[in-house]
Amino acid sequence: MAGMALNSDTPTSRKKASSLINDPKARGIFYQVLTLALLVLFVWTVTQNTIHNLQRANIASGFGFLDGRAGFDIGQSMIAYSSDSTYGRALIVGILNTLQVAVIGIITASILGFLIGIARLSRNWLIAKLAEVYVEVFRNIPPLLVIFFWYKGVISALPQARESFELPFSSYLNNRGLFLPKPVFGDGTWLLALALVVGIIATVFMARWAKQRQMRTGQPFHTVLVGVALIFGLPILAFLALGAPLTFDYPVAGRFNLTGGTVVGPEFMSLYLALSFYTAAFIAEIVRAGIKAVPKGQTEAANALGVRGSDITRLIVLPQALRIIIPPLTSQYLNLTKNSSLAVAVGFADVMAVGGTMLNQTGQAVEIVAIWVVIYLSISVTTAIFMNWFNARMALVER
Amino acid sequence: MKKTILSAAIGAAALGLASAASAATLDDVKAKGSVTCGVSAGIPGFSNPDDKGEWTGIDVDYCRGIAAAIFGDPTKAKFVPLSSKDRFPALQSGEVDVLTRNTTWTISRDTSLGFNFRTVNYYDGQGFIVKKGLNVKSALELSGAAVCVQTGTTTELNLADYFKTNNLQYNPVVFEKEADATTAYDAGRCDVYTTDQSGLYAIRLKMKNPDENMVLPEVISKEPLGPAVRQGDDKWFDIVSWVHYAMVNAEELGVTSKNVDEMKNSPNPDIKRMLGAEEGTKIGTDLGLTNEWAYNIVKHVGNYGEVFDRTVGPNSPLKIERGLNALWTKGGLQYAPPVR
Repeated sequence: MAGMALNSDTPTSRKKASSLINDPKARGIFYQVLTLALLVLFVWTVTQNTIHNLQRANIASGFGFLDGRAGFDIGQSMIAYSSDSTYGRALIVGILNTLQVAVIGIITASILGFLIGIARLSRNWLIAKLAEVYVEVFRNIPPLLVIFFWYKGVISALPQARESFELPFSSYLNNRGLFLPKPVFGDGTWLLALALVVGIIATVFMARWAKQRQMRTGQPFHTVLVGVALIFGLPILAFLALGAPLTFDYPVAGRFNLTGGTVVGPEFMSLYLALSFYTAAFIAEIVRAGIKAVPKGQTEAANALGVRGSDITRLIVLPQALRIIIPPLTSQYLNLTKNSSLAVAVGFADVMAVGGTMLNQTGQAVEIVAIWVVIYLSISVTTAIFMNWFNARMALVER
Repeated sequence: MKKTILSAAIGAAALGLASAASAATLDDVKAKGSVTCGVSAGIPGFSNPDDKGEWTGIDVDYCRGIAAAIFGDPTKAKFVPLSSKDRFPALQSGEVDVLTRNTTWTISRDTSLGFNFRTVNYYDGQGFIVKKGLNVKSALELSGAAVCVQTGTTTELNLADYFKTNNLQYNPVVFEKEADATTAYDAGRCDVYTTDQSGLYAIRLKMKNPDENMVLPEVISKEPLGPAVRQGDDKWFDIVSWVHYAMVNAEELGVTSKNVDEMKNSPNPDIKRMLGAEEGTKIGTDLGLTNEWAYNIVKHVGNYGEVFDRTVGPNSPLKIERGLNALWTKGGLQYAPPVR
């Protein structure tokens, strides 16, 4: 601003060129354009150089290889996949596996993190100290080590298939994973899904109505209880009305291992547990910081007004704390997603591992690295957009 | 976002710059005073550091042979241990001059990856190893088994094809590193481990109880293992190929590291020509080396038979038979064009 003021003082008879040079706005634009031009030039040179060298070394390039037959099998897949599928489909299997471990990991880490964060603030000395030890231990060791701890330290040490631990509900645990009965739904299963959807929609409307009524009359309503009854009750009623069309496929001992049922592999388990436990330590600290950041006066004022203890936490402290918590929480969610690429260390078929196999079988290094960048970028940007939206929604409550 | 694109671009630039420096590999090698070979990170008999930290194995000795041919000194070989996933980018980018890393010669590696193969220093085939306690006698009984395998190998593809052809189910457990895959097998994560037969015997030695494991009789693939070089440098390709041929010819002619000095005066013109003892010979210099090239290989590293016996054969813990790797005169496949 000072520069602008100086400029306007100088007589217009002076040379126009010099005034342009001294104009901070013009200079700013000039440097930005220069930087952009250099950046474009750099990227262009690098691209040209790479293409030129790839051609000279007779290395095939392009993304056509994605349509070729993959030829390798993948242990963990959420969609139908065989060695006859294309490389493109193998990549999708990898992406889905990454998303699976990231989403389930984020949910678990959030729950665990909130519990531990609140535990650290507990007035009970033992609980607070235990939470502190947890945070300090997991926050200060690299995630790869946590993965190895679960994979080599815990799951490898489980008994062999023939001496599996027997768990309730015909489940088994051994060093090949966790074997669970697989639910097999009979006819009319779609009615259950329909009942669930109806229950959710009814709950949403009920909550709106309850809020409006409370605003009008001041009478509270048991929204949570009725909501739970609707969401769970309706499908259960439908299930019973249909005559319980549900059977289970139980795991039984086979030639080499337990067969049948559904299995959660040790690779997935160790990665999922490690990511959840590791990230939970950071989330716990964020939660603690968020709650601590709400001024004490807020609680005291609520007390003075005679608000009940649980309502103070629910209606006054948490909403304000959440606003502080959400932005750093987003970073932790992104970190967890990116850390899932450590899957390669234990042989979980995430997008990094599958891409690595493809890289080796096809030799298309530049293309696959580009695909990796695009995939992680897309996942992270989507998470960030969602969390920013959520953050904006929470922030609007502020007055 | 910008940062990510930038780092990708820098990575790509590094690839470009590195391969730009590799037009004439022999000149580069002579300039830096050593030959850099990509080897495996630890397969006994092929490339494995011994208890003194010295690299040993048939692939390592191939590399020493190249160093001996160029410099007359086998110690001028440098080894870069590579996982099966890293080996091809390492050769493409020029990080290594030649890949002597039990790599199977296939058409796609020969063409779309931009490599050249010509010699086979070990004829191998893929097999399976299982725990004796399972009472499995044939690979055809393996339906339902969990199979540990190393990623990015022809092994992984052969495995998929074999189980598909024979209509067997299996659960692949894929690892990036050979060591991780074998430890997982040893720890009971898998019922079966699969790799080339030579590798199975080598890995069995490393297990907690080698005697509790057995190699199944089936050989399910052809695995010609040999060195790979980048396309577009024929001179270097010739040198790498003729190092192997010199070793095989030496064995065929009965020239060993012990008698090579006397053999220089041999009445046999084939031997004299190969060892550069013929008057006015230009064979070595035409190859871009000295006329002593073959003499140096045999003197410092040995002939093919000596190397085989020392690394994987009867004088090694592996005790693998010559089998397919015997000389063609003895019913095997090792055959070298004449030095003439």
